[in-house]
Amino acid sequence: MLRSCCALLVAVMAAALPAAAQERPYFVTYSHEMEEPGNLEIEVFNAVGKPPAGNRFLGSTTEFEYGLKAWWTSEFYLDGQTTWHDSTIFTGYRWENRFRPLLREHRINPVIYVEFENTSADKALREVVGHDGRPDFYVPNAEARADKERELELKLILGSNFRGWNLSENFIAEKNLANAPWEFGYALAASRALKLAASAHKCSFCREKLMAGAEMYGGLGDWHGFGTRLTSHYLGPAINWSAPSGMTFSFSPQFGLNDYSIPRLYRFGVQYEVEQIVNRFRRGE
Amino acid sequence: MKRARVWLFTMTVLMLAVLAFGVADGSWMRHVPAKDHERKNPYDGQADAVAAGRIVFSDHCAQCHGENAQGTKKRPSLRSARIQQEATVGDLHWLLVNGNMGRGMPSWSKLGDPQIWQVITYLKTLSP
Repeated sequence: MLRSCCALLVAVMAAALPAAAQERPYFVTYSHEMEEPGNLEIEVFNAVGKPPAGNRFLGSTTEFEYGLKAWWTSEFYLDGQTTWHDSTIFTGYRWENRFRPLLREHRINPVIYVEFENTSADKALREVVGHDGRPDFYVPNAEARADKERELELKLILGSNFRGWNLSENFIAEKNLANAPWEFGYALAASRALKLAASAHKCSFCREKLMAGAEMYGGLGDWHGFGTRLTSHYLGPAINWSAPSGMTFSFSPQFGLNDYSIPRLYRFGVQYEVEQIVNRFRRGE
Repeated sequence: MKRARVWLFTMTVLMLAVLAFGVADGSWMRHVPAKDHERKNPYDGQADAVAAGRIVFSDHCAQCHGENAQGTKKRPSLRSARIQQEATVGDLHWLLVNGNMGRGMPSWSKLGDPQIWQVITYLKTLSP
C-alpha cells in the first residue's frame, strides 16, 4: 500500500511541471491566500521537540492542497509521529476546506475554514487549542493511541496584504464529536519578502526568494474555562526560501512562552507545487 | 408544436449563454474605481522592469495564460485588444490585486505592488 502511494506520488511529480511558489513561512497560521485553481501543492511539515524529562519527538504532516476554485481550497493531511524510546505511528488524517466569501481584496479578508479530523497521539502541533500542553507529551504512544479524537474544527482566518507585508490572524474553535466542550485557540503571524521587486535576471538566492516573519499561537481554554490558565503558547521567527525547482523550504525555531509549553520546537518543511495537474493529465502531457 | 418548443428552448438557452459570456467578457473593467483606473505605472518604459516582469509572468501567470500570453483553451489571451488597448495600466493593476475569482482568476496581492507593476510593464510590451 505504502509502495503504491509512493509510486503514485512520484508519477504525479514526474508528469507535471512544477510551479514557482510564493508561500508564507507559516507553520500554524493560515493566511487568506488560497491555492491557485488547478494547482496541487504537496507539503511535508515537521516539528521536533523535547518536553523536560520526557522523550524527544518528531511530529510530521504530509499535506495535499488543491485549488478547486479561486475562492475554494481543499486539503487532505496524513499525520504521523516518532517518539524516541517509544515508537513510530500513523496518527490519523484530516480533511479541510477553506472558502473565501468576499471575492475581492479588502483591507481585511476573511476566510472560513472547516476541518474534520480523525487523529490520536498527534504530535505535529498544527494547531494548539484548549488545554493542549506539555502533559500530553508524556503519555506513551500505546496509551495515547487509544484516545481517538474525531473533531470538527472551525477557523475564522483574517488576512491583510499591505505594502508587501502579510498580517494573518486565526481564531480557532474545535469540538470533539464525542461529548466534550468546545475548545478555543488562536494564531497570529506576519511576514514579508526581503525584497519586493523582482530581479531582471533569473536567480536562486536573491532576496525576493526569501520570506521572513514571525508566528505566535496558543490555546484559549474551553467552553467551561475560557482564558489562558493551563494553556500553552509559542512564539518564534520563521523564514522560507523559494527554490527555482518549484520547491519551498521553511524553517522556524519556536519557543514556549510558559511552563505549560514545550520549551523549544524546531519546525521545518518542504513544499512542492505542481501546476494545473488535472489539465495536464487530461491532455496526456 | 413540440418541435417549436424545443427550438424556442434551445434559442433561449443560446441567447442566455451569449449574454452571460458577453457580460463576463471584460465586465471586470466596469468595476474598477476611477482612482484605480487613473493610476500610473512607476516602472513605465524601464527595460529592467520588462525583463523582471517576464520572469514573474513565467513563474506565476504562464501556467494559465500560456508561456507567450497567447491564452489557453479555458483562459484568455493577454495579447487581446482589451488588455493591450482598452485597459489602462491602472485597470490591470486593479485586476491583479483583486482577481476575478468568480471566473477563476485569483488575487495576486501576495506578489506585492512592485512585482505587479513589473508584470504589467511586461504585458504592455506584447503585441496583439
